[in-house]
Amino acid sequence: MDNALLAEIIFYFFAVLTVASAAVVVFARSLIHSAFALLFTFLGVAALYAFLGADFLAATQMIIYVGGILVLLLFGVMLTHKLYDLNLKSETFQFLPAVLAVIAVFATLVIYMLRTHWHNGGQLPAMPTTAAIGELLMKDYVLPFEVASILLLMALIGAAMIVRRKTE
Amino acid sequence: MIGLNHYLVISAALFSLGIMAVLTRKNAVNVLMGVELILNSANINLIAFSKYSAGNLQGQIFAVFIIVIAAAEAAVALAIVLAMYRIIKSVNLDRADTLKG
Repeated sequence: MDNALLAEIIFYFFAVLTVASAAVVVFARSLIHSAFALLFTFLGVAALYAFLGADFLAATQMIIYVGGILVLLLFGVMLTHKLYDLNLKSETFQFLPAVLAVIAVFATLVIYMLRTHWHNGGQLPAMPTTAAIGELLMKDYVLPFEVASILLLMALIGAAMIVRRKTE
Repeated sequence: MIGLNHYLVISAALFSLGIMAVLTRKNAVNVLMGVELILNSANINLIAFSKYSAGNLQGQIFAVFIIVIAAAEAAVALAIVLAMYRIIKSVNLDRADTLKG
């Protein structure tokens, strides 16, 4: 078995893992099942980043999404439900119209994506990207970098202010 | 041969599923999961174009900033959900109708 075929098999494995677990997130009756399926979606997306040669972003995805955002969402589930309420059902509404609208959106996207002739400016060579991204962030993108840090500080303070209990 | 179109189709599927969660779920935390799916699909697109179309790293830089925005969004949105739960004792979005005229 040559390497290209093996790479293709691994790619399709992660593609199916990503989309199937995303479907579980959307259609599962139980909130806990949704949250744990989201873990596999994030892992699959990180693997796709690795396939695209974005090693730094794959590691960032693992740390921030799996280690941060997913834990935060699980806290959200646990804190807003009584823990002995094991089924934790999530109701759905407008199911059929939503399915039709989403299928229409998906079909339109795929048809026009496949029809378009995308600009081809050459492929990125497969190389470690961390040093290059760090250099770009500190040189060309230093202003957005600083704005992003201010935004994170604002989000931190804002979130703490919102959840703080009023002291009477 | 894996090309740009494979990634575009995966990201379109993730985007559609995220829209589906936002449209049909009543639970606020579940809607947030849908928003995370949408942001991830945007990131896949940016990184795929960065590799196959642009041939430079700018798409990956953009993806870094989207991850930052996603983290800030998740923190603030969870705080709002917790505050809502404290006030109306529910995370059902239908019950958050105080501002409805």
